[in-house]
Amino acid sequence: MGRYIIRRLLQAIPVLLGTTFLIFAIVYALPGDPVQALAGDRRVDPVFAAALREQFHLNDPLIVRYGYYVRDIFSGDFGQTFRGLPVSTIFEGKFQVTFKLAATALIIEAIVGVLFGFWAALRRGGWEDKAILAFSLLLVSVPTLVSGFVLQLAIGVKLKQLTGTQILPVAGVQDGLRSYLLPGFVLATVSIAYLTRLTRTSLMETLRADFIRTAVAKGLPRRRVLGRHALRNSLIPLVTYLGADLGTLMGGAVITEAIFNLPGIGQQLFQSVYLRENSVVVGIVTVLVLIYIVANLVVDLLYAVLDPRIRYE
Amino acid sequence: MNNPSVDTAPPAADAATEPLLAVDNLHVEFVTRQGLVRAVNGVSYTVNPGESLAVLGESGSGKSVTAQAIMGILDMPPARIPKGEIRFRGTDLLKLSDQARSQIRGQRIAMIFQDALSSLNPVLTVGWQISEMFRVHRGMNKRDAMKKAVELMDRVRIPAARQRVNDYPHQFSGGMRQRIMIAMSIALDPEVLIADEPTTALDVTVQAQIMELLAELQRESNMGLILITHDLGVVADVADKIAVMYAGRIVEHAPVHDVYKSPAHPYSKGLLDSIPRVDMKGQELYAIKGLPPNLLDMPSGCAFHPRCPYRRDNCVTDVPPLYEISGTRGSACHYYREVLDDTVG
Repeated sequence: MGRYIIRRLLQAIPVLLGTTFLIFAIVYALPGDPVQALAGDRRVDPVFAAALREQFHLNDPLIVRYGYYVRDIFSGDFGQTFRGLPVSTIFEGKFQVTFKLAATALIIEAIVGVLFGFWAALRRGGWEDKAILAFSLLLVSVPTLVSGFVLQLAIGVKLKQLTGTQILPVAGVQDGLRSYLLPGFVLATVSIAYLTRLTRTSLMETLRADFIRTAVAKGLPRRRVLGRHALRNSLIPLVTYLGADLGTLMGGAVITEAIFNLPGIGQQLFQSVYLRENSVVVGIVTVLVLIYIVANLVVDLLYAVLDPRIRYE
Repeated sequence: MNNPSVDTAPPAADAATEPLLAVDNLHVEFVTRQGLVRAVNGVSYTVNPGESLAVLGESGSGKSVTAQAIMGILDMPPARIPKGEIRFRGTDLLKLSDQARSQIRGQRIAMIFQDALSSLNPVLTVGWQISEMFRVHRGMNKRDAMKKAVELMDRVRIPAARQRVNDYPHQFSGGMRQRIMIAMSIALDPEVLIADEPTTALDVTVQAQIMELLAELQRESNMGLILITHDLGVVADVADKIAVMYAGRIVEHAPVHDVYKSPAHPYSKGLLDSIPRVDMKGQELYAIKGLPPNLLDMPSGCAFHPRCPYRRDNCVTDVPPLYEISGTRGSACHYYREVLDDTVG
């Protein structure tokens, strides 16, 4: 097990190098001069520009610049922006916000998706099943951009006018974890739909398995057949999805963060791409890739917990 | 042959004592998109304590569906039972409440399945799965139930049971897995054990061991055994009587040796003739011509007529009743006498 983890972490190194290099190359291939972008519309003093270019190795070939970057990252230095701010300072607090948002979304998604999926599977073909499937289709079809603003308006304005109280915060992070509930739900909507359908299919498949027939033939109560014999076997595909989704949620929170005014990494990423702060963009992506890799490793390790047939050595 | 009382048993007509288990004119059908599938069409058989009944037939003959109806593990819908009775010690199981049936299922009538690997839960240890019977049905605590599980594993002769009780199904060989299935099924000393092709997934030497084990357990506990199989070779040593099924009906029932000596139905005869024999080495193996009938579109008259070498015109139109040959034998063939004569002569 320990050796497996080490091997997996070693495997992560080429993945990390590959992805960061790609991002690095793409970001720097974007048209426009970063030094000019700093100055906006004004003319830049050529001597000053040349000095900046020298300082940031902009005259070196791409691969050399990437080499410098990787060297620094391994010593924990994400570099600095053109304005001289260390990138790690810009990160400060922002990953926490996005992580809390993604984690909230993941928890909501897991609870709602699994519950609805189980419900639908157990009522296969019944009206509950059809209603849940239709509802999940609706969730997939409504983009975050719409559901975010609609819920913000409904809860933050309309409901407040009606009842005089605001049941949930609709912007900012000043209310602690409560602030994340509504944006977390909005971020989770599409995944809820997928997870519901995945859970439904997975449980239905498990319920057709021979060992479920055995459990019934043992004269076990239905609750026990479902809870002890079907549940764990149908969790495996769900864990895969949830693990991969953590990365997607963290990277995909840009719009949600913008709507709910959460100072997270998504907003920063958008801003940095816009301002051509390449070092920040690459830095953020690197950390996101790392999170993705770790989440996938955790998923693989969870497999072994759920299914004794899977063993790592 | 396992139980001497069988040879002297009175004919089934004796109504004074109800048999242990009696399936009576059972019909099972499935509602599918393609139409109504009549899987079981009026099957009747009985099993007494200590008696072994082999139910023989190819895939789709309704033998497993009948067994699942006895257990009450058919998915209803799509399955439904429009007609028939399943009497267990005189009580019609089909009229019992779900609650009452689940008290019988697993405890008094138990079942083992064909493929032990897929029939055991892959994520639970074998000890856990066996001990669950005691924990759920007998309210035992975990420790005592585990002890019982080890005893049972010993009883079905799994080597080093104490060390292996916490292993998972995939860590056992096919034969050992089937032994675990058996241990689980006999945990609560059932009165009837249904074995649905228990040896099909195993290799031949292991098959013999498993059959031996089943016969031995039956002798010890005097259970009624229903052995479902399509393998005539497996049957001879264990079964007392045979019911041959074809297209959802019983086409012949008889004491086991009568069938081997002189089958009374063209289908049973075909099955026997298609067993490879050493003295027939080098000759072409006999095979029953044609395919099993499509249950959605059954042949008229006798369902076997399209494949039958004894076919006459009335076979196409008249469904043969189960003709009584003797007190213990019956054949659903208009021309069973000819079939009998052919094999005896």
